[in-house]
Amino acid sequence: MSDTKNDLGKEIIRDLNHEPHEGKTHKHGLWSSVSIPVLAILTGLILGALLIAITTPTVYQAFGQSFGKGISTAFMEIGKAYQALFEGAIGNPIRIVEALRAGEAREIRMALNPFLESLVQSTPYIFAGLAVALGFRAGLFNIGVEGQLFIGAACATYVGYAVKGLPPYIHMPLAFLAGALGGAFWGFIPGLLKAKTGAHEVINTIMLNWIAFRLTEWLLTGPMTRPNAGGMPISPLIQKSAEIPQFFGSPIRFHLGFFIALVIAWLIWFLLFKTTWGLDLRTVGTNPRAAKYAGLSTVRTIIIGMSLSGALAGMAGAVQVLAVNRSMAMGLSSGYGFDSIALALIGGNHPLGVVLAAILFGTLRNGATRMMVTSQIPIDIVDVIQAFILMFVAAPAIIRSLYRLKKKGPEESTVFLSGWGGKS
Amino acid sequence: MTTTSQTIVRKRLAEISFARKLAMGVIEVLTALIIFFVFSRSISADAMTKFVMTPGGITVGTMADWVFNSSIALYLLAGITLLIGLYQLIKGFGKLTNLMVAIAFFCLIFGFLIWQASSKSLNLGGMLSSAVLLAVPITLAAFSGILAERSGIVNIAIEGMMLMSCMVAAIVASATRNPWFGLLGGIFSAVVLALIHAFLSIRYKINQVISGTVINIFSAGLTSFISQRFLQKNESLNTPPMFTRVPIPGLANIPILGPTLFNTNLFVYILFALLIILQVALFQTRWGLRLRSVGEHPKAADTLGIDVIRTRYMGVLLSGAVAGIAGAFFTLGSVGRFDEGMTAGKGFIGIAAMIFGKWTPIGSLGAGMLFGFADAIGSKLSLLGSKIPPQFMAMAPYIITMVVLAGFIGRSSGPAASGEPYTKE
Repeated sequence: MSDTKNDLGKEIIRDLNHEPHEGKTHKHGLWSSVSIPVLAILTGLILGALLIAITTPTVYQAFGQSFGKGISTAFMEIGKAYQALFEGAIGNPIRIVEALRAGEAREIRMALNPFLESLVQSTPYIFAGLAVALGFRAGLFNIGVEGQLFIGAACATYVGYAVKGLPPYIHMPLAFLAGALGGAFWGFIPGLLKAKTGAHEVINTIMLNWIAFRLTEWLLTGPMTRPNAGGMPISPLIQKSAEIPQFFGSPIRFHLGFFIALVIAWLIWFLLFKTTWGLDLRTVGTNPRAAKYAGLSTVRTIIIGMSLSGALAGMAGAVQVLAVNRSMAMGLSSGYGFDSIALALIGGNHPLGVVLAAILFGTLRNGATRMMVTSQIPIDIVDVIQAFILMFVAAPAIIRSLYRLKKKGPEESTVFLSGWGGKS
Repeated sequence: MTTTSQTIVRKRLAEISFARKLAMGVIEVLTALIIFFVFSRSISADAMTKFVMTPGGITVGTMADWVFNSSIALYLLAGITLLIGLYQLIKGFGKLTNLMVAIAFFCLIFGFLIWQASSKSLNLGGMLSSAVLLAVPITLAAFSGILAERSGIVNIAIEGMMLMSCMVAAIVASATRNPWFGLLGGIFSAVVLALIHAFLSIRYKINQVISGTVINIFSAGLTSFISQRFLQKNESLNTPPMFTRVPIPGLANIPILGPTLFNTNLFVYILFALLIILQVALFQTRWGLRLRSVGEHPKAADTLGIDVIRTRYMGVLLSGAVAGIAGAFFTLGSVGRFDEGMTAGKGFIGIAAMIFGKWTPIGSLGAGMLFGFADAIGSKLSLLGSKIPPQFMAMAPYIITMVVLAGFIGRSSGPAASGEPYTKE
């Protein structure tokens, strides 16, 4: 505790004397902003490797024979698993090189498919991560991304199959917009409740998650069920005109949604950092009291912030339905809601960071599917690794003490939570 | 100066209670109308309702089945509710208002069941007994939340702690063939997670919700990982011996109450023991006063020589232990094996129950029972072939929580310093 205080004091004195930070400010700035996330990811992967080693029976057998053999078996198992992870996520380098040399277009696409599939997996993460990041910027903790995603997906699905006879260039955007609106509505509720009654959004969004699951379950077995589904919770297939196009033929699923996600990310960046509205939102987020004295309407910001965050989450659901699944089932999301909290924080709640972190998460999840097939390591290891990464990013002090990094200065922090409800 | 502000406050309180009085009266009259028009009008006049009063597989404390005319019973309930509502509107019940609302609510639920079970048979005894069992993990999770939040640490990781305990309890109990070791193992694993939560949020001052989310993701991932990697191949590791039904001599013979409360699972007894211990410890002992003061105003507590940091560690670790018991219930008291994600959000509902119960053990028990009852009704309704989708019954607890949180039924506000890290100056 005391040494960080000393450091802070030194920093202030140095600032007052206009001394450059350790001589090389420029380089220091870039490294210090990426060092924590990069080292957090690295450490997460190392701990994941450790988990693989200690849960592999052959490693124990090898340790029974001799210590050296145990170590080498452990490294071999980890190597095998992570090689599968890499090939599943990026592709087999040899195959890529050979395909490029042969110059056959279809073979090149197939060799690169693992990478393209990683981008497909990242797409919902980008939307969901932006949703959480936008909330954080406004000082709102949106744990309800999962529920907003389900409602958004349900709305997009409904417009996707029930509206008929529209040309694709109207139907597809309409269905996507319906998804965004559905999510926005599901975000608007906790926003309104927080702004008007002070009820904390964390609890309300968690409650709305469960309401959304039950509601979609009912919709998919009742009003929106597929004919002859036999009580299975699944919707009809959406119309061809509502589909977000995939660029290449099956099995390559790479689709336009990825680029839509990038455009939306850019829009959010523009909104947050280039408009006065964005400045107001960030001010409310970092310093609500100052915002109040500056005459900003916290009520409006909270409501709009939550709705917009919900809209982004709804888009995540819509893009999955319209571009990948083409119908809705309960297994729509593999926990995007909670993962997106992690990736928003890893991305520093900045749209660019979120996009990068989302691609990382999509890549990990895609690679883990391959790892599961070749070395029987359950895909859930990705969750464990993500939890570690989130922990290290949220508590940079751990990473700093692990790698003997210097603290760069006081961190700005947003107070999300003081009690669940009641302005009192 | 002070007197004028006091009169203003008093006047405002009086106004609020006047509006409240009217609102409650209207709600009660509406309830009566629902019972009369929706329930009793849609069934034939001579339909009979049969309530089976003894849960299946019970031999002591049995009771004869209850068969009666559905319409007459519904008229009676509607009449009672209408009288309550009218009296509330005209004169008001004063301090008894909440009790009367509860009675009206009870009439509504009871009327609903009579309506649904008209010309059918419903095992009411079995429903009560399963409602209590469904309430156990929710209420224990709420107790866990109380312990942490009263000390000023938000514990959103209860779900993760429960899930971990669930799995560890199954494995340890299977390996040792002893449910007690399983329970201890489960508690231990949850306490380890609580220690991490405490460490992250007290030592490193991470935002407590984020720290909790870390534990939730970690625990969901690790339990699924271990389950797929080991438990599915080695079924012998996932066949824990369970705690069996333990009748309490004498009390088990009481009809209805006996089978639901005194001839049941060990976990139900633990729940009630914890209820009494917590209620007394929190509000009657010096220990409880210190814990609460740390949650309300840590700086003041520190000035008085209370070790804030240590108290908070203690609160979170105890919270973990109780969450561990709640998790072990699933594998050792209810299902008898571990399945991925089997806590299914009960930890989060527990937090809701804690808020609904205004951060008190007794209130949380009431909320937990209500949620358990809603669950039980939902599953019974689908058996009865009701037209109302069970999903809507399952949504009820969440909606109620949101309504409570929004302050429509009296404000519920937690410990003042909950969620704020404490830095000693």
